Amino acid sequence: MPLTDQTRAAAREIIARYPKARSALLPMLHLVQSEEGYVSPAGIALCAEELELTKAEVAAVATFYSMYKRRPAGDYHVGVCTNTLCAVLGGDAIFDSLKEHLGVGHNETTPDGKVSLEHIECNAACDFAPVVMVNWEFYDNQTPQSARELVDALRGGNPPAPTRGPDSLCTFKQVSRLLAGFDDGRSGEGVAAGPATLIGLDIAKQRGDDAPPYSSPPSSDDNDADSGAADAREG
Amino acid sequence: MLTPVLSRHWDDPQIHTIDGYESHDGYLAARKALAMDPDAVIQLVKDSGLRGRGGAGFPTGMKWGFIPQGDGKPHYLVVNADESEPGTCKDVPLMLANPHVLLEGVIIASYAIRAKHAFIYVRGEVAHVIRRLNQAVKDAYAKGYLGADAFGTGYGLDVIVHAGAGAYICGEETALLDSLEGYRGQPRLRPPFPATHGLYASPTVVNNVESIASVPAIVLGGAEWFGSMGTEKSKGFTLYSLSGHVKNPGQYEAPLGITLRQLLDLAGGMRDGHQLKFWTPGGSSTPILTDAHLDVPLDYEAVVTAGSMLGTKALQCFDDTTCVVRAVLRWTEFYAHESCGKCTPCREGTYWMVQILERLEKGEGTEEDLTTLLDTCDNIFGRSFCALGDGATSPIVSGIQLFREEFVAHMTQGGCPFDPIASTVFASAPPAGVGAR
Repeated sequence: MPLTDQTRAAAREIIARYPKARSALLPMLHLVQSEEGYVSPAGIALCAEELELTKAEVAAVATFYSMYKRRPAGDYHVGVCTNTLCAVLGGDAIFDSLKEHLGVGHNETTPDGKVSLEHIECNAACDFAPVVMVNWEFYDNQTPQSARELVDALRGGNPPAPTRGPDSLCTFKQVSRLLAGFDDGRSGEGVAAGPATLIGLDIAKQRGDDAPPYSSPPSSDDNDADSGAADAREG
Repeated sequence: MLTPVLSRHWDDPQIHTIDGYESHDGYLAARKALAMDPDAVIQLVKDSGLRGRGGAGFPTGMKWGFIPQGDGKPHYLVVNADESEPGTCKDVPLMLANPHVLLEGVIIASYAIRAKHAFIYVRGEVAHVIRRLNQAVKDAYAKGYLGADAFGTGYGLDVIVHAGAGAYICGEETALLDSLEGYRGQPRLRPPFPATHGLYASPTVVNNVESIASVPAIVLGGAEWFGSMGTEKSKGFTLYSLSGHVKNPGQYEAPLGITLRQLLDLAGGMRDGHQLKFWTPGGSSTPILTDAHLDVPLDYEAVVTAGSMLGTKALQCFDDTTCVVRAVLRWTEFYAHESCGKCTPCREGTYWMVQILERLEKGEGTEEDLTTLLDTCDNIFGRSFCALGDGATSPIVSGIQLFREEFVAHMTQGGCPFDPIASTVFASAPPAGVGAR
């Protein structure tokens, strides 16, 4: 979809959120990417005009960050973690398998425009390794086979729900809009925590381990002079 | 042995909602803190001994105390939610499960340092975490916990959730500030420090997610309660993230000073039939350790004495199937990719070290290459603006120090002696994918 007056209006909405206009640049780049599937020369020009920067200044920022794509990403952007821990636990095998299966390499998109592939760095889910991200949603504990089935489902237009995420998968453009700060209202979907997140708490409960109790219940007095005021407020 | 405080209610499926959070004493700490003098809040956090959970371990209350008061400038709180140090996976599940405890910490910290604007700079690659944060902020506004008159106290605070765009370097606090100002994320020369010249050249506190999320419990429990956990200099509870070839990887919340042996016992040990070979105490920027270090107390001091750093408490555990040369190469590729390019030693050094390590992994290296690697590390360490350069040398120096014979074995055998499939989690399962096409 080309950039429109509505894009420009949304960009101004982003600028208004910040004490200083230029802080809006990263979300604005997510915004133009949400319209076109990548940061195009037109997208760079729009950001430059709205922020009164040169196109070179905007391009210098856009090319610094790996999430901004210089060519259209697929509807489903697949990131395979190949940082050391995921790589060793199977991420390398998964990435090799997907390259062969999809017939594309790093930062390339399938000819039908459905799926783009990238090897990514650590995505903060090492306890769910090996990890695959699709449109920046978690698909935990993958194998080469499960990852191939996943991309087949993506190409078939029938994506499974993320492991820890909303009940259904957004497109790359939709998630880019979320990153621009326009929420899709889906925070209530999906789990609060995955199994690995909870395992320490589960084991603590089985063992009867707990932190020491507060010396006094939360809503009553503590050892500071102002707690009376706090109580009054709570009351 | 385990002390769940931050993780205490993660198993409540509604804990991520404002109602769920308030059903577990949520926002009582903010009410209490906002009735205190701001300086008393800073003093409380100082007294607690809370130290930064993002890697450096700097005392949080002291950081708050550095903000000049009565200077007529706006003050800012910036939460570093750009969790991307390899192996580190605590802040993302914390925010996914309980975004409100972070937000409550933000309110308390902002009030203490007299900030009217706070930013949560969250890495962009975690969409659902961003949804949870957005919703938490929206609901807190609706309840009057944020905005012009927070909790009816007359204190005004606006919170902005800001998504990054993929750059490890933005976890470095001054690079984060440049990024938040809409520039390439490159570290700034210090001094001046963010405490006086931070965001928009104004006094700014930058704190890690876990540090800020620990504040509400400190306000409710008090400094003494907090200090009843942990060691003399490393006080309190913290999240240890176990990953790798362990039976039950995940988040384990314990007092500072627990050992990896104790944590592994809780996690069921390494996977069957294999031994621990090497591990990181706090992400890839902390020098690797071995099974000789299983009894090192995991606190800020003891890990340094053992030759590494506590870092982010990201305990990546690798067993005897893992090739050290491959691990070190992969981490070095990461640092080369993520070097922002500002400082020559880091930009050029990481590039050349990748070339040398690739050669070594293929069995085409020489003993002289090891000397060159260590020389290059000497020329990067301490010679770059930020800690990324220092971090890049950690796996190489410690890897060669502890496993020199394995580097040499690649040379004598003319290749890697390890089978990469043996180290995968699906190694024992039927060979997935073979013949699947």
